Parts: sequence; C-alpha cells; structure tokens
Amino acid sequence: MPKKALEGVKVLELCQMVAGPYCTKLLADLGAEVVKIERPGRGDAARSLPPFFHDMPDPEASGLFLYLNTNKLGVTLNVTTATGKGIFQELVKEADILVEDNPPQWMTEQGLDYDRLQEINPRLIMTSITPFGQTGPYRDYKAYPLNVFQSGGEGYLTPGGVENVDRPPLKVGGFLAEYDSGLSAAIAILAALYWRKKSGGGQRIDISKQESLMALNRLDMVRSANEGEVITRAKQGVPYGGALPCKDGYTVFITWESVQWDRLVAFMGDAEWANNDMFGDYAGRYKHGELINALLTEWLVNHTQEELYHKGQAAGVPFAMVYTSKDLVDSEHLKERGFFVEIDHPKTGKVRYPSSPYRFSETPCQVMRPSPLLGEHNEEIFARRLGHRQEELSKLGAAGVI
Amino acid sequence: MDSLSGVRIIDFTRYAAGPQITLLLAFMGAEVIKVESMVNIDHFRREEAAVVFGSARAAADCFNSLNANKMSVTLNLTTAEGVELAKRLVQLSDVVVDNFRGGIMDKLGLSYPVLREIKPDIIMLSASSHGSTGPESRYIAYAVTMGALSGLSEVTGYAGGPPVIMRSSADLRPGTAAAFAILAALNYRQETGEGQFIDFSAREALSCGIGEIIMDYTMNGRVRSRNGNRDDIMAPHNCYHCKGEDKWVSIAISNDEEWAALCQAMGNPACTEEERFGDQFSRWQHQEELDELVEAWTINYDHYQVMEMLQRAGVAAVPSFSNEELFNDHHCRERECFTPVQHPEEGELYVLAPPWKFSATPASVTGPAPLFGEHNAYVFGELLGMPEEEIPKLVAEKILY
Repeated sequence: MPKKALEGVKVLELCQMVAGPYCTKLLADLGAEVVKIERPGRGDAARSLPPFFHDMPDPEASGLFLYLNTNKLGVTLNVTTATGKGIFQELVKEADILVEDNPPQWMTEQGLDYDRLQEINPRLIMTSITPFGQTGPYRDYKAYPLNVFQSGGEGYLTPGGVENVDRPPLKVGGFLAEYDSGLSAAIAILAALYWRKKSGGGQRIDISKQESLMALNRLDMVRSANEGEVITRAKQGVPYGGALPCKDGYTVFITWESVQWDRLVAFMGDAEWANNDMFGDYAGRYKHGELINALLTEWLVNHTQEELYHKGQAAGVPFAMVYTSKDLVDSEHLKERGFFVEIDHPKTGKVRYPSSPYRFSETPCQVMRPSPLLGEHNEEIFARRLGHRQEELSKLGAAGVI
Repeated sequence: MDSLSGVRIIDFTRYAAGPQITLLLAFMGAEVIKVESMVNIDHFRREEAAVVFGSARAAADCFNSLNANKMSVTLNLTTAEGVELAKRLVQLSDVVVDNFRGGIMDKLGLSYPVLREIKPDIIMLSASSHGSTGPESRYIAYAVTMGALSGLSEVTGYAGGPPVIMRSSADLRPGTAAAFAILAALNYRQETGEGQFIDFSAREALSCGIGEIIMDYTMNGRVRSRNGNRDDIMAPHNCYHCKGEDKWVSIAISNDEEWAALCQAMGNPACTEEERFGDQFSRWQHQEELDELVEAWTINYDHYQVMEMLQRAGVAAVPSFSNEELFNDHHCRERECFTPVQHPEEGELYVLAPPWKFSATPASVTGPAPLFGEHNAYVFGELLGMPEEEIPKLVAEKILY
C-alpha cells in the first residue's frame, strides 16, 4: 500500500459548489480523511448542476459534484437544528481542520463561530472561504462565480488584444476563480497544519476569493499600482504571436527569447520578410508586432495545428495547440503520464477523471473511493464513529436532522 | 510567528511560475535562497523585459512582486565549482525547487538521486510545463501556450470568436498548485522524516481547473467551446455596460427571488409579470432580450453605484474591477491587499500582499526582492563558512557569476 502524504489528518467540510469542495478534495486526494457535511434533502448545490452523466439529471450523477468530491466520506446533517448543532460539535471535537464557505455572519448566527468551536477543540484550524473575506465593506456582498471572476482584475482584461472594448469583459470558461480560491485555502491550511505540529496551536484562516484571484494577477496589479500603467482589453499580453489562424483552426505561439525568433525564421524556411532590419531586435519586433502577425498568418494558414505544434517544437519554437477536452483525453503525452484516472461510481460506472498535476515519488495521489452518495456514510460516522444508536439515526432522519 | 519558520528553500526558478511557488512559501516565513546567474538570468532582469513592460522600472517592479522576501546568490552552474557550492547549499536545506525544462537538472548534475545522496530527507520539486516524463516533456512552453494546451483557451472567448490566450495568471496558477504540493511533502516529512521528489506539470495544473468541462466529454462525449459569459442555468448572467468609458458590472441571477429584486431595483417591477421571463428556464431562453433590458438600465449608472444598489437588494452584482480600481478600492484598502516595500533602486513599490489571513501566523511581505547576488556574503560566508577573501576570488573566476 503506498503511503499517503496527509495520512491521519481529519477534515470536516461544510461547503457547497466549487471552491470549498475543491479545497478539501485536494486534501482528500493526498490521503486526508474528509467528512463532507451536506444538508439533508438536496445536498450540495453542485449535485443539481450539469454536466450530468448521459445528460440525465440526477443528484448522484453530476460530473461537477463527482469531480470535486472524490475520496471523501459524506454525511447529511442540518446544523441549523439544535440536535444537528450538537452532532456538528461532536464532529468538530474530532477534527483537525474545518472548512466552511457560508456567508460571514452565518456561523456566528448558528452559534458555531470560531470562538465557540475552539473552546471545544483548541487545536482546530478553521478556514472560511467567501467572496470578499470576513472583514471589510464588501464582506456580506453576494457573488456567484461570474462575479467572483470579475472581482479579481483578470475579468476586466479578458479577452486581451481586442480591437475595441465595446464588447463586455469575459470570464475564463468554467469555474476557474473558484478552483483558484479552493487551492489558495488548501495552501493556507497545510501551512497552519505544519505550524500546529510544532506549536500545538490551532487558528482561524480567512480566505477571500477576490484576493485569491488578485494574487494570480500580481504582475498586472503592481504595474498599475506602481507605474500607473492603464491596462485594458485593447492590449494583448504578448507583443506578437498569440492565437493566430492556421489551416485547420488556430495555433498559439510566443517567442520570448531572441534565439526563438531566429529559430522561427529558420522554421519558416528563412522567409524573406522576416530578415528585414525592422525585425532585427527585440524592440523592433515588439514595435511591429501587428505587422509580424499579419505576415506570419500568411504562412501559418498553409499549415495545420498538429504540424506547427510538433514540428515547431522540434525546431525549438514554443508552438502549442488550442486543445479541446477531447484533445486532452486523446493526448498521448497525458496518457503516458497517467493524468486521467478511471473511477468507478455506482451511478455512472467507470468514468475518466483528471487527476492532479503532481507525481509524488513516495506519496502518490490515490483514488480510494468515488464521491459519496448523499448521506452514504451517515451510519459509519454517526453510529460507528460517534456512537449514536442505530434506532436514534432513523429518528434523526425522520426529524430532518440527518 | 511564521508558519514556515526554519524551512530553508534553494530556489533555482526563473520567469513567473517558479518564483510564484517560492514567493508563497516565503510569505509564510520560509527562508528562500534564489540561485541566479548571468549565464541564465531571470527574464525580468533582462533588457527584453524592459521592452515588454515599457520601462526598466516596470520590469524591476514585476521582478519585485514575484521575489519579495527572498535572498539572492549568484552561482554559475555551468562550472563544476558552482555545482559543488549548490550541493553544499542543498545539504543545509529542506526543499529544492527548479523550473527548468525536463532533463536540465540531470544535465547539471543536480538530479534528485544526486541530491538525495547528500541530503537524504530533501524535498525536491521540479516544475516544468509538461512534466518530466512523456513524449512532450522536452517541449518549451509559456503561460500563453500552456493556457492553450490546458484547454482553457478553447473555452474562453465570445461565441464564434477566436480562442482567448491566457495572461500571466496561467503561470501563477500552476505555481500556486506546486506550492501546495511542497507543503504536503513538508507535512509528510514532519511526520515520517522522509523527503521525496515531486514531478510537477504546469499544463496539468491548469487542466485541473476545468474538471467538469473535461468530465462532460468523458461522460457524454460533449466537447465544450467558448460561449462568452453564458451559464448553463443562470440568466441574466453577463457583464453590462455602465456609465463611463469601458466601465462594466457583472450581474448573475440564480432564482425568482433575485430576479424580482433586480426588477424592483431597476424600477421595472412589471418585468416580473412577463411570461417570457416567468421562470429561470424561460429567462435562460430569452437571455439576449434580458441582456438588452438590463443594460438599458445599467448604462445610466456608475458601476459602483449599480453594485451598491443591487447588493442592497440581495442581487449579486460586482464591477469588472480594473487594476487601478482595486488598488484604490476601499474594501481592498481595509483588507490591506497591497503592501509597500522600500526597494533599494526603485524606491517605494507596492507588492500584492499574501491572499490568506491567518489569526496566529500572519503571512506578510517583509522586504523587497533582492538585488542580483545581494546575499552572497551571508549565504556563502555565514551559512557555508567560506573565508571572506574567497568570495571576490570566486567572483573573479566567474563561479559566483
């Protein structure tokens, strides 16, 4: 049995949708024991979102939920009921880490704020993930993933390089900023855990999704803060190259180093135009970026994406393809690296999932179990772990507590 | 108190993705020694960077934002003596990080098996674009090309328009995931005393952020492409033009209650009576008409005003904040999102503060990025115990270079 990096670490999750569940998924995939608490009835809101397996809406077959909750144990518990609060506190007592994503005042209203919980468990690391953090004038503001993405600076600049800015700023596809926030929280948690083993103390961690996204755009942020540079969508992030049309779609490339430009020119069979003095140095190429792109495109449209990617790379020029999800799954490179793992789930059978970007030599990520069915581990956790009697569980179920 | 105090990291990284890894750890108190050389100098210290970013100060600013809190030494790894010194540093360290292309550390004689010999519990993370194995492991990539290879570009953009290339965040996202991996390995080492090697692939890190889009393919064979700001369920769900040039607010409505509140706030309660907007699904089907309706209202107001009005009504509305707006925003001010540091050459520069608020072990910006080789005396003299006169000699021999 391979070893697990986070063996023995106990995590309690009171989250929904993407950011919080992704945070604890990261920990669960490295061996932490995560108990996910869902509200009785409908459970995590992600269960009701597509994509559904074979497009059949089913709370047990949402691809979003299935991806974000691997390796977790799942219980149902209504923490707004008196009995539910009691059981929640029993779980907190046993936990190393609590992750929650409720609106800032909510846990206090429930009598489950950090001050209260750390009386029960002084070593608790309690992490809250919210759109704008626990303090500040916007802390109670509502933000869905679209709003979160626009709150962090990157939205205003997406898409870059447009001719005019009359069309609205965009989000990056999917729930990217939510994943970013979950990852950011997971980092803080592991640092707190590391410190706790030395000092014995728990603590409270406040994660703002807005700040998680800003942190990823620091190179743009500081130039506006310190140089007063005004960056808009009218300016592309690269001087030339980028996404350009080719024979069968788009190709993407960039040359940061002068030697890569020289290789590009050679790759094009020493195209005459490219040897113009105008493009002789970096500053010249930067200045004439648009012209370069126009001239390059004339050549690119005669070549396919695949050809440009592999032959370009063989020539030492950083070309890439605009991969679709199908291309990713078909990629020989990703196959060889084992990026996709097959996970068996009672409702979907075996399905391939993306795994993780790290291969640990000693403690590999492992799939121990698929995402939990709603309340799948109620008996294991409430009866066997906490010692509630079996007959009590049915009463709690009928009362809407679990 | 710092959560990672006592952790020493030897940092061979350059550009953006690698420095982001060690920056996050340095924010939490790790001692990060950045190993630099004129042979292969960090992109942000080059003249090209001054061209790209408009001035030498802007390039220094970028470097500063990614390398605050760190130390810098110079070491020419193309010399045997340079490699030997690097090994001696590794002996005194907990973590080694590099972001060379696959195979380069081996070629330099600094592969994991070699380093493990001299420091058995070392944690080494090699962050490359494609990972250290697989047919494309030697390929070159940057944020822009990794964004395309990851699947992000395909699903970003206006419907029917070109795919969108990613910004520098496509470097910093993987960098963040790599920092997480190192922290997991540090926790494991704390429990067991064992180090390990971590092979990290940046393009995979980006692909992990579109898990459900990939699952739509593996479950249903559906290949998703770009579709502006459209959501599968919510409508209205877009960015709307406000008063002023290039000012926008994002609005997302997820249920009837929010819809009614939006109509009320727009002074148009009759809207809720209209059949075509009668429920979530019919609103979704008529979202282009909805967009026109909402924008006809937002255009009369400043984007901050729209946020205030709608948030008060319980509607999710947030401006598309520009960088300048965030820097001056009262919420970001109160949460101290930017920290000023005194840079020895550039004067006062703001650095983006760590994105986590810890109650017991606050992470912080403690100093500017180092000058090139600024800490040679401390690292080679104090840490390695090299006699003082030895350092200028090694500089002259282009070993500290």
